[in-house]
Amino acid sequence: MAAKRLKESPSQTAGPYVHIGCTPNFAGIKGVYDGDPGAKMLTDTVEGERITVTGTVFDGQGAPLTDALIEIWQADALGRFGTMNSGFTGWGRCPADQSTGAWRFDTVRPGASSVGAAHIIFWIVARGINVGLHTRMYFPDDPLLDSDPLLSLIEGARRETLIAKEVSPTVFQFDIHLQGAGETVFLDV
Amino acid sequence: MVEPLYPRDRSWHPAAHFPDYKSSIYRSPQKPLIKAPPSQNEDSGPVFGHDMLGPLDNDLIRNFAAPGELAIGPRMIVHGRVLDENARPVPGALIEIWQANAGGRYRHAKEGYLAPLDPNFGGCGRMISADDGTYRFMTVQPGPYPWPNGPNSWRPAHIHFSVFGHSFAQRLITQMYFEGDPLIQLCPIVRAISDPMAIDQLTARLDMEATAPMDALAYHFDIILRGRGSTPFENRPEGN
Repeated sequence: MAAKRLKESPSQTAGPYVHIGCTPNFAGIKGVYDGDPGAKMLTDTVEGERITVTGTVFDGQGAPLTDALIEIWQADALGRFGTMNSGFTGWGRCPADQSTGAWRFDTVRPGASSVGAAHIIFWIVARGINVGLHTRMYFPDDPLLDSDPLLSLIEGARRETLIAKEVSPTVFQFDIHLQGAGETVFLDV
Repeated sequence: MVEPLYPRDRSWHPAAHFPDYKSSIYRSPQKPLIKAPPSQNEDSGPVFGHDMLGPLDNDLIRNFAAPGELAIGPRMIVHGRVLDENARPVPGALIEIWQANAGGRYRHAKEGYLAPLDPNFGGCGRMISADDGTYRFMTVQPGPYPWPNGPNSWRPAHIHFSVFGHSFAQRLITQMYFEGDPLIQLCPIVRAISDPMAIDQLTARLDMEATAPMDALAYHFDIILRGRGSTPFENRPEGN
């Protein structure tokens, strides 16, 4: 008999005031923390191709979420997670714009990992989201997409929801739809 | 070889779609989650060092207050441990908290409750769990407050917790409630959790042993993150 297993603490919504705790400077609460964690992913020393990833999260009525908080977790330019290579943490956090819902990360293009195509892992929380949502963003021009173990589990039209649009060679747009015909694929990781 | 995380027991978590909580109606995915194949990617996660913390980060009574001033409200210690599902301590977990002030008012541009702001209370704090998984912060008891859900909806007093374990797949945001609060069972955000034992897990206990006499009451609240193991999980039916 294994030792008594505890249950994971149940999730609760981040609510509309998540910024107070996670991005207080963005919320206008100045002077408590030096800066908002995850606001700046790049420094001059970080190695890799600079890219911008931007997007908006939409609800089932097509309205942008103006109170969402987006976190990303990604490999460095060599495809390695959590190495702190050249000072790159791989983690970013961005609140949606409170008027438009747009969010933006300035980061490096991740390298392909040992299994599968290069991607950026997303985690989305907001008022009305009772359990934080995991998903992944892939790059449209990546020859490894067809052999990616996750993408190969997903049928064609839905698979497209995980692939960013190339706005320019260094700018990628990844809109996330919580419901509807284009509902983004969310993951049980 | 690192063992995989136990699967998340979705029946223990709140339903994604819970119409009594209006905001969930159009913000809940309607298609099933896709089970991601095992990978190291979500299984790793950012590391946060103690060097990011300021000396008052875990003292909400003082971290926003003018010099020599203090936030208003019943003084309170909140403490507990971060454990995994195997009851092993999780050291190095970044915990970020936020809450309303003693009158139930948040310091936020989109918040307009009648209760006044406290000029000495910001409402945010953070800490990193110690080697034995323990954490501790000082704050004031947050007030309950009305919210625009139904015609007369009130949130029970609560503190929001955002927790990083060692893996991005352990990422968790939750809320801590207070033992004995009659508003808990009336709250649709809480009731999106179907199992009373799961709600109980989010309810902090008064802890007289940990009080600071003539200074602050204390509440105990443990946070459980997903654990690792190869043994099959005692599965409840999958559901959303």
